Amino acid sequence: MLLSEVGYARPAAVEEAVRLLAEHDGARPLAGGQTILNVMKARAAAPDVLVDLADLEELRAIASTDDGGLVIGAMVTSAELVTSSDVKAARPVLGDVAAQIADVQVRNRGTIGGNVCSNDPTNHLPPVLVAVGATMTIAGADGERDVPAEEFFLGVYMTAVGLGELLTRITLPPLAGARDGFSSVTIGADGTCIVNAAATVSGDEARVVLGCVAATPVLLTAPAEDDAVREAVHGAGLEPPSDVHGSADYRRHLAEVVAARAVAEAGGGG
Amino acid sequence: MEPVTSKRVAVTVNGALHERDVEARRLLVHFLRDELDLTGTHVGCDTGNCGACTVIVDAKAVKSCMLLAVQVDGATIETIESLASDGGLHPLQQAFSDHHALQCGYCTPGMLMSAKHLLDHNAEPTENEIRRAIQGNICRCTGYVNIVEAIAAAAKGEVSA
Repeated sequence: MLLSEVGYARPAAVEEAVRLLAEHDGARPLAGGQTILNVMKARAAAPDVLVDLADLEELRAIASTDDGGLVIGAMVTSAELVTSSDVKAARPVLGDVAAQIADVQVRNRGTIGGNVCSNDPTNHLPPVLVAVGATMTIAGADGERDVPAEEFFLGVYMTAVGLGELLTRITLPPLAGARDGFSSVTIGADGTCIVNAAATVSGDEARVVLGCVAATPVLLTAPAEDDAVREAVHGAGLEPPSDVHGSADYRRHLAEVVAARAVAEAGGGG
Repeated sequence: MEPVTSKRVAVTVNGALHERDVEARRLLVHFLRDELDLTGTHVGCDTGNCGACTVIVDAKAVKSCMLLAVQVDGATIETIESLASDGGLHPLQQAFSDHHALQCGYCTPGMLMSAKHLLDHNAEPTENEIRRAIQGNICRCTGYVNIVEAIAAAAKGEVSA
């Protein structure tokens, strides 16, 4: 399909990217392009300028922190998360979940930054990043600011990244004895999630984050036991959407199931 | 640096360097088909679901309908036209023929490029690895069984002469 006319810039530094994003009202960052190009084909959005982040090397790195955590650049692809030994050592859930995103070709292009900044409620990574307690670093004209993942997702397709700003990296704390889990029910193997849940279990406590049931990931805490987790989800007053893939009632049911499975995978008791 | 609506792009496609002025809005698949006349790469769904447009960019399989031509400036690209050489079929192509792994053939170029990407990175894939490698390629004719058998046969070098 022929896209609407669009400007294109490929800056070599984050400051230059931020300047371009700030100077052009209709400018949008172009990461892997696996969402925005489809959105442009559908004429659902018409950016004036695409700021291609491909040459920003500092956004492509995965690094371990001294305390055993991870710093992941926004332009790291899903395929790179899957094969990274640093990810496997520090927070393996991230690679395990990235391996379930779409297909090989999309994982080769799609980035962690794009996955979270598009904030489609069915995306895989937002619930994971909220569960692990990640920190999102956003660059703007006035420098950088850090936003906790649980405050980052504001609405469908909306995040704390404002106009003229750019998500540059995501910091994951060390496991420090905790364990992570993830469970989903999808449309076909590795397909779009109908409901998903990420869990981080520390001691007897579980942080459970549900995706696909609201505009943003839903964070709950509960004792890390099957019955308690199900009860917490049941009592959360979820009002998930109904669509061709599942009614609201079915999603409410699945939310309990995947939450309990995610907690079990993270070592929570039954 | 200011944004531009078209730019000069240099890409190496199937071993040959091409330089063209390209509009920023031009998708890679249209650049390959319309500018370089490499029409073996097909446009299927045009939404990134079907994989008919799969090509290999810098050793990674990608869907060329979800990439702008300006994004691949400087890249090395392999398309379906690179597989056969000197009039002879690539082992994957021969295996697809041997195993009746195509019917209408529309998905086949993309399917072969995903299969090549798999074997480039994993010389001895399991059946499950083959199935996951072609998950992004939809075939509405075959039911996939013969495609999976063909890729397994090509990996083992079991193709007819």
